[in-house]
Amino acid sequence: MTAPADPDRTRHPDGEVIVRFEDVTKTFVTGPAKARREVVAVDGVSLEIRRGEIFGVIGYSGAGKSTLVRLINGLEPITSGSLTVNGFEVAGRKETELAPVRQEIGMIFQQFNLFTSRTVAGNVEYPLKRAGWPKDKRRARVAELLEFVGLSGRAGNYPEQLSGGQKQRVGIARALATSPKLLLADESTSALDPDTTQEVLQVLQRVNRELGITIVLITHEMDVVRAIADHVAVMQDGKVVEHGSTVDIFARPRTGTARRFVSSVLHSVPDEREVERLRRAHHGRLVIVDVGDGVDIGGVLSDGAARGVRFTIAYGGISVLQEESFGSLTFELIGEDTAVQDVVDELSRITTLREVAA
Amino acid sequence: MNDWTVLGPELLSALGQTLYMVAVTLLLAGLLGLLVGVGLYVTRRGNILEHRAVHEAINLVVNFVRPIPFIILLAALGPVTEDVVGTRLGPNAAIFAMTIGAMFAVARIVEQNLMSVDPGVVEAARSMGVSRGRIITTVILPEALGPLVLGYTFLVIGITDMSAMAGAIGAGGLGDFALRLGYQRFNDEVTWAAVAVIVVLVQLVQLVGNRMARRILRR
Repeated sequence: MTAPADPDRTRHPDGEVIVRFEDVTKTFVTGPAKARREVVAVDGVSLEIRRGEIFGVIGYSGAGKSTLVRLINGLEPITSGSLTVNGFEVAGRKETELAPVRQEIGMIFQQFNLFTSRTVAGNVEYPLKRAGWPKDKRRARVAELLEFVGLSGRAGNYPEQLSGGQKQRVGIARALATSPKLLLADESTSALDPDTTQEVLQVLQRVNRELGITIVLITHEMDVVRAIADHVAVMQDGKVVEHGSTVDIFARPRTGTARRFVSSVLHSVPDEREVERLRRAHHGRLVIVDVGDGVDIGGVLSDGAARGVRFTIAYGGISVLQEESFGSLTFELIGEDTAVQDVVDELSRITTLREVAA
Repeated sequence: MNDWTVLGPELLSALGQTLYMVAVTLLLAGLLGLLVGVGLYVTRRGNILEHRAVHEAINLVVNFVRPIPFIILLAALGPVTEDVVGTRLGPNAAIFAMTIGAMFAVARIVEQNLMSVDPGVVEAARSMGVSRGRIITTVILPEALGPLVLGYTFLVIGITDMSAMAGAIGAGGLGDFALRLGYQRFNDEVTWAAVAVIVVLVQLVQLVGNRMARRILRR
């Protein structure tokens, strides 16, 4: 599955903070009375999500990302720390006190969670009924929302008559009904095939751009992040191990987890099996260098050539994301040992270089 | 041998009494059992009004009443029935005992059917800021309506069975008709006539229940 990277993504680096996590921890107590066990699902997380952005949270299953998103609208209470949404402290609130803040936050789910007893229109109308909208206004709003998600002709259908992608679009329309400022998307495309995933991601992107709604996107697929997220937080064992702009994480992943996620979509660095194959095919010195805008690898290689150092590109890939190019190339360098060493030193000076062990 | 010009109208009035007892019991036990069943469900662990002590207390009462054979419950409730209804005899006394006996069965049926509701839709409603009371009436009950109708249909048959037993303590109805005019006089034709009417009644109820459930479940 390859999501087209989006070049003209709107960035909102200076938007005001809409969700702020400060040292948030969530502990679950599980098991029977005698064998109680504490599980730390979210561990000391501090994050800021800014108005107008699409904020991705990526991690393997069990990393705590679904719990993290459920803390925002108080579906799960936090154990310690502070969590504010629009300046409203969510921590320590009773279920009844959370109603106003929840009406400002829409949510969509991996399994869609549509009401099977209601039609498509009935599902979208439900939150409006609860919010006390009069009937004629409800009807107009439902029509407008179904138009937005491209399901006008399906108003009278029941959820079981729809495809997965259509169900999720109904979920989106329902979540947007009361015009929330924030949309939480919990693995919203994980139950969908690649084509349908793109269809839903496009709707989410329009929700962000056309309606200006901030989106928190939970996923385990780096492709989803790459397609629409402005910022991304990488979670592992309940902690945010790395976060930054999507471009930064893709171009310069610092942790092993982030690197594995990046390499799941960008295959610019050879894995162990590929290294073995490269070693068999190439007998010169093998080095992996990171490439990017303004890194003059060509210049170094030309200087090397003047001293009799030849090179072959053995592996690599370069991608462009948000107008910045990044990637890695694996070179085989052949020539007199000291001349090759000089080239390696010079490359190490201008970029990150890793040696492929002989 | 039997004079159906006399027995016929008696059978008809017995049917009327049975229908009256079953209908009133269904209404009372149906409503009370619904409340108890919803109480059991929402106080369960992980549910919207999780409360262990309350859940265990309701559970205890339900488990206490449920295993008592109805014919014994009927006799045991005698003094209470007399206090509440004013008499231990007749259809209204039977309705009181039947309601007590049936509502706890209803409670279990309701609890079990509500457990089939996808917790995801409840979570979706919570995420919209819907109050817990509203979630019960506008999400949980509508989502479980199909199975609930089938559960209540099953219940009607159970109550019909109870009403026949109540005939033994002078409640009237088809049970009384079959026992008094059939069984005690070794008159199998009369007994079988009552059985036939009950079978037809049960079939009709099941047919209606199935149709309603099918419409609600759209299959």
